Amino acid sequence: MAGSGKAHLRPADETLMRVEDLNVEFPVGRGRTVYAVSGISFDIAKGETLGLVGESGCGKSTTGRGILQLPKPTSGSVQLKGNDLMALDGEGMRATRTDLQMIFQDPISSLNPRRMIGEIVAEPLAVWGPFDEDEQWKIVAQMLDAVGIDPGVARYKRPHEFSGGQCQRISIARALVMEPDLIICDEPVSALDVSVQAQILNMLEDLKAQYGLTLVFIAHDLAVVKNISDRVAVMYLGKMCEVSESDELYANPAHPYTSLLLGSIPVPDPTANLDDTVTAEGELPSPLAPPSGCRFRTRCPLADEMCERVEPQMRRVSDDHYVACHHPLIEADPATEVTVSNS
Amino acid sequence: MTVVGSDTARLAKADTNEPLLVVKDLKTHFQIDAGLVKAVDGVSLELDRGKTLGIVGESGSGKTVLSRSIMRLNIANNVINTGSIVYDGEELITKSSKQMQKLWGVEMAMVFQDPMTSLNPVVRVGRQLTEHLRYHLGVNKAEARSNAIELLRSVKIPEPESRIDNYPHEMSGGMRQRVCIAIALACGPKMLFADEPTTALDVTVQHQILNLLATQQRDRFMTMIMVTHDLGVVAGRADEIAVMYAGKVVEKAPTGTLFSDMRHPYTQALLWSIPKIAQPKHTRLNAIAGRPPDLINPPTGCSFSPRCPYAQDKCREEEPPLVGGSTPGHQFACWYPVGSKENEEAYAKNLADGVAVTLAAEGKITATEELTAEIIADLDLGEAVIDVSDPTTGEGAD
Repeated sequence: MAGSGKAHLRPADETLMRVEDLNVEFPVGRGRTVYAVSGISFDIAKGETLGLVGESGCGKSTTGRGILQLPKPTSGSVQLKGNDLMALDGEGMRATRTDLQMIFQDPISSLNPRRMIGEIVAEPLAVWGPFDEDEQWKIVAQMLDAVGIDPGVARYKRPHEFSGGQCQRISIARALVMEPDLIICDEPVSALDVSVQAQILNMLEDLKAQYGLTLVFIAHDLAVVKNISDRVAVMYLGKMCEVSESDELYANPAHPYTSLLLGSIPVPDPTANLDDTVTAEGELPSPLAPPSGCRFRTRCPLADEMCERVEPQMRRVSDDHYVACHHPLIEADPATEVTVSNS
Repeated sequence: MTVVGSDTARLAKADTNEPLLVVKDLKTHFQIDAGLVKAVDGVSLELDRGKTLGIVGESGSGKTVLSRSIMRLNIANNVINTGSIVYDGEELITKSSKQMQKLWGVEMAMVFQDPMTSLNPVVRVGRQLTEHLRYHLGVNKAEARSNAIELLRSVKIPEPESRIDNYPHEMSGGMRQRVCIAIALACGPKMLFADEPTTALDVTVQHQILNLLATQQRDRFMTMIMVTHDLGVVAGRADEIAVMYAGKVVEKAPTGTLFSDMRHPYTQALLWSIPKIAQPKHTRLNAIAGRPPDLINPPTGCSFSPRCPYAQDKCREEEPPLVGGSTPGHQFACWYPVGSKENEEAYAKNLADGVAVTLAAEGKITATEELTAEIIADLDLGEAVIDVSDPTTGEGAD
């Protein structure tokens, strides 16, 4: 993987957001740089849920934050409805942020423990209006109701009086209150129990239908991502490996890494060989010095000399299924261009 | 000489068929300002040598407290422990911490959930590994070190000769968990407790660690208790599974039976609420309504009744006992067990009465049978265990 290329992008007029060649790098002193996200391109259509999956450290959260310009990416373009967010100045970006909202992983620490729920959810309205408190409360109550929290009861309570699942519902209400175009959900259900996780996932689906939400759903749990996403992008060490409609991706993974991920899900089979066999060896290399060529080659069972030299480009496998690999598990269209990686 | 003597005794015992661990009516209650927290409330179980027991439940169901209670790690002034824990013929519940120290590490050991915090950050992993080798086995420094290197090699840490001098922060999460496993295995315990050993790890690393635990268990003929909230983690690896809810075991069965013939509504609800890879996208999940009960004031009757789609008046008044099912070793505690005629009647009555039917029951309206078959196929237990006519639907999960 470790692929670049834009073969998988759809025409600009069909999409709500289009991210091209996004690079996020962090200097870590002594002249070293963490290459967190390198040359990622993707797009999101209105009303679509894009799932971003990968191991910890693959850059999925950084990508989500890059969209919000938190922090501003090193290079690339992030276009929301045709406006390049990278080109905006501080005030312009501030105004645009109302269209973009975020839901965080830890529901309890993402709410201010000293404020009341009514204030927390009304906060965006207090900044952007309406400024009339009764009007604000009307909107807040409606949103709390939509996420299954009784507004009358919750208004004067504080976060510690609610369970993790309820706090996550409140975070979602806070994100919805500005009626954003796009919501970035960064591992929104990872900290929750399975039974509560199911409640939140169902609720996100309902809210999506009701408000026509567009979501970027970041998670490491492949089953959760499949359940909620229309399209899934698999990331590895700051690169995109495979993008596909989600049923297709899980049925026919084309990238060896996707296949490794799917194979690692605990499959309850008493007859399975429990020895450490093929694929699962090794761990993520350091993003300080990512491998040349395809970044997955150090763990890939199919890697050869070409993978070391040439970075694979996104190629079409079937309709809405693209892979960046020299040796995909499914036949792909020939690459349109070949670039030799310098690093 | 006493050491040798007890070793022979131990070996002789290993040949017998008596269970290694027998827990009877174990209760662990915590006295706190708000009241008495009944974290574990009357659990009984038996575990044969070399077998794996999976303990499954939501947060707060008491699964971690149970495993720690068996190891007697919950010793404090406000902890009330009653019941009986017989390990290898010895009663543990009356033992003090001091007496337990002789058993910890040598007889029983634990792998904790969070490898980031369960190692001492300012001590090299080598010393953490050799500490109890030297304490329990009385080996000298050089021997302990070479043993430790062997242990690191056996848990597949690359270049153990140099890794042994690392500090924990120089290792990744997966490697640290391997070190934790090596520490637990160091003195050759007969019983290993794994408390959510992979919850903090990535899915690929989780796979490696679970395989490592399984091979180590087989090679050393260890008995294992694996505590997890993920039914998928234990389904393929445990011989028996106990499902806990509100401090009690509500259903216990051999793994195959539990999935093919589950009788407790909570087990069913738990399984249905998990998103499955084999299901198409946007499949509606059967969430369990409500939340786990307050353990200080648990509901009267069956503690699952407030969330149960089949609950009747009887459930809310009288607590169901743990009774045996049709398969040997299968036990469940429910007045209206899933799959029985009473259950269907109770459900029909709840529907007719317009009782708030939880989402778990919505699945029943759509297609109970297909869904269950699909889930079983998804779990891929194989035809030998369950008779499913078309097991091919689960292939997406492979």
